[in-house]
Amino acid sequence: MKDRILNIVENFEKDPGRMMDILLEVQSEFGCVSHEAVSIIASALNVSEVDVTQTRSFYHFFTCQPVGKYAVYVNNSVVSCMKGMSEVVDEFEKVTGIKFGSKTQDGLISLHYTACIGMSDQEPAALINSVVFTELNREKVRKLVADMRAGKAVQEMFTELGDGINAHPLVKSMVKNNIRKAGPVTLGEYTVGKGLMKALGMDSKAVITEVKDSNLRGRGGAGFPTGMKWDFCSRESGDHYVLCNADEGEPGTFKDRVLLTERAHMLFEGMAIAGYAIGAKEGILYLRNEYAYLKAYMESVLTELRNKNILGKNIHGKGFDFDIRVQYGAGAYVCGEESALIESAEGKRGEPRNRPPFPVQKGYKNKPTIINNVETFCSAVKIIENGSAWYKAIGTPESAGTKLLSISGDCKLPGVYEIVWGMSIKEMLDMVGAENVQAVQVAGPSGICLPPSQFDRKIALEDLPTGGSMIVIGKNRDLLKDVVLNFMEFFADESCGSCVTCRSFNMILKNSIEKIVEGHGIKKNIDEMMAWSEILRKTTRCGLGQTSSNPITTTIKNFKELYDMRVKDVEYQSEFDMSKAVKDSCEVVGRPAIIHE
Amino acid sequence: MSEIVKFTIDGKECQGKKGQLIVDAAADNGVYIPVLCHMRDLIPAGSCRICTTKVNGRYMAACTTPVDEGTVVENDTPELLDIRKAIVEMLFVEGNHFCPSCEKSGNCDLQALGYKYQMMAPRFPYAFERRELEASTPKIFLEKNRCIFCKRCVRVIKDDQGRSVFAFKGRGKTLQINIDKKLAANLSDEMAKKAMDICPVGAILRKEVGFVEPIGTKKYDHKPIGSDLKNIYQ
Ligand SMILES: Cc1cc2nc3c(=O)[nH]c(=O)nc-3n(C[C@H](O)[C@H](O)[C@H](O)COP(=O)(O)O)c2cc1C
Ligand code: SF4
Ligand code: SF4
Repeated sequence: MKDRILNIVENFEKDPGRMMDILLEVQSEFGCVSHEAVSIIASALNVSEVDVTQTRSFYHFFTCQPVGKYAVYVNNSVVSCMKGMSEVVDEFEKVTGIKFGSKTQDGLISLHYTACIGMSDQEPAALINSVVFTELNREKVRKLVADMRAGKAVQEMFTELGDGINAHPLVKSMVKNNIRKAGPVTLGEYTVGKGLMKALGMDSKAVITEVKDSNLRGRGGAGFPTGMKWDFCSRESGDHYVLCNADEGEPGTFKDRVLLTERAHMLFEGMAIAGYAIGAKEGILYLRNEYAYLKAYMESVLTELRNKNILGKNIHGKGFDFDIRVQYGAGAYVCGEESALIESAEGKRGEPRNRPPFPVQKGYKNKPTIINNVETFCSAVKIIENGSAWYKAIGTPESAGTKLLSISGDCKLPGVYEIVWGMSIKEMLDMVGAENVQAVQVAGPSGICLPPSQFDRKIALEDLPTGGSMIVIGKNRDLLKDVVLNFMEFFADESCGSCVTCRSFNMILKNSIEKIVEGHGIKKNIDEMMAWSEILRKTTRCGLGQTSSNPITTTIKNFKELYDMRVKDVEYQSEFDMSKAVKDSCEVVGRPAIIHE
Repeated sequence: MSEIVKFTIDGKECQGKKGQLIVDAAADNGVYIPVLCHMRDLIPAGSCRICTTKVNGRYMAACTTPVDEGTVVENDTPELLDIRKAIVEMLFVEGNHFCPSCEKSGNCDLQALGYKYQMMAPRFPYAFERRELEASTPKIFLEKNRCIFCKRCVRVIKDDQGRSVFAFKGRGKTLQINIDKKLAANLSDEMAKKAMDICPVGAILRKEVGFVEPIGTKKYDHKPIGSDLKNIYQ
């Protein structure tokens, strides 16, 4: 083991900045990053063991104990639950004889939960050793477990391949693209290299001006003007970096998955254009580990682009050098936050940085860095190709262009839609075949829970901004239990824990909503949750804490009656439930419970 | 020479160096903004959020925000005081703090802030978190029940090769402070003392020299926290 680990460390030139890659390789080879492995890595890198542990223990996919030969990670996001996750979980537990969070005695199978894996249009889904399995049901689970017992390779456990590039020999995945509507920009016609060729014929300042004039705003959710970001960064001196945010962690989002699959060339070309514009030679695609099934394909596209001299040295003979490497994450939602992403790409725990300085001043390796979403880079390619006027003519005056939506939940046609900004929620629901809608969760858990009375509002940065997640929630759902509680559990798990308030309040709010769902809530709890959410929003470092109370506050605002129905109008209510406690302990000792309510 | 800028805190005219952090600039002007994680001249952690102020109308941590010409800081407002009190309460319910049995009592910034904000019973439910006491290193007890994750030890205590002796482990609700047993085995007495001194609470205690300072002579025994501005960063 020691030699092999030293070898891995050696391969990354003993660079502590590549800690993520080192740990990923060790995890994949040994099924865990044990204490012994930590110790070997630490001494090889000449850092302390606690520093290695600090990174190791931050990410969901690094484990201290070995996972099973087949490590099953079932997605427990809202949409997965809606689509029957509990049956899948039940079947897995039944046929393996173990509970989630444990491993079979022979070490063959381990069962784990994981947050949204970007497959909300084909849930329930799971990752088994990084291979994606979608639309699971009891029967498929039985077959999977039988295959594992027979020692089959994971890639051979399914026969149907997905559409488009998913069927490519280097991907061979059952994932479906589910592209329901292509628009003129990101999913429209595309010829590799045209945009970059044109950019290289322009002055780099002119490229920035073109992007500025197009009014393109960031597609990752925050909507910051892209041209302005590039401009700020280009004015700084020293080495520059281009980072692409492909962490896509917001539950219910999967549009970047489709771009990465079908528009990988376009994305890399966009990063090269940005590199030319700001004066960078190096780009990094930060890709969430959940999409590691695209790894071989990504590398092949990079190679192809290098061969075509769209990447590499002296691109198109214009004296511009640019290359890209792919950095994988290891399961942490907060790493989608741009400065946490940088920390992670530097091999550290994904803790958001304090600002100032901003990444455009001091980003990756403390050098000026731009970070943009996948869709932002893809849009930039078309803007350069067709001009800013063309782009600006699409959309609304404040929101130029098109937006990819990932629509999932209670609708007939879940999938990816390239819409023109300005569409109303009602139009969107008609488009996806949604009826009897109770609410639409706009922009994921960190967004807002919208009631039918507001369905005429528009999807646009000036009205309902979104990074792309749209979850349709039917009338048959228990909004507080199925949605709000699930979201709060997500945030409590995903807080990086640095800010006192984010670390604690998300737990406290999760417990409060749980109490209400279980019927122990009182009126006062509702006011408390509002007040505490307010403090949380005002006192955190990054956007996670600033928005994590939204599931609660927006449902209290828009669905107050659901709370009123569940809370008692009394001064005090014990959180201790005697009947439940008696029932639980009777169950443990195997005696029927006699309860007098 | 850095440029001198004028700014205000609750209307009081102040002067500072451009780019200086608001907490430090405030202290230089005789204005107390509470801190737990901040120490002057150290890279700011921005994690305890107790220094939350309103800067030009926005809620900002005063320990990570620089002053500029004309910056308007609100510090002593009922809303901000309530937020700070809430944070102190939150730290008390999150960890396990039994002040009467803690050596740091009287020298503890958290306890002192509890008094300052007249905390009676916390408004939040107790978490009853189970955390360990790490006593296996020769010079130090690490009482994780009391850690408030200020990262001072993480930022300051290094070995002679610059390696961290302390670091975080986990995230969110599983966050812990972790000590490197190998490096801690070689910690000098000086470093051990420093670690205990910079820890704002009683999470880092030295072995074999317990309770040297008699009760009644400790930092906050007679004067509340913030009354001696030079003292607030230890
Ligand atoms: C907790 C959190 C998670 C985020 N996750 C993502 C993400 O998965 N993908 C993304 O593009 N942006 C994400 N963002 C937004 C980024 O911080 C950043 O604004 C974005 O990558 C900038 O790119 P853009 O301007 O092209 O949108 C997240 C922000 C926060 C606070
Ligand atoms: S708000 Fe939450 S996730 Fe963001 S830095 Fe603070 S603790 Fe970490
Ligand atoms: S042990 Fe003390 S100094 Fe270190 S992080 Fe915890 S409270 Fe801060």
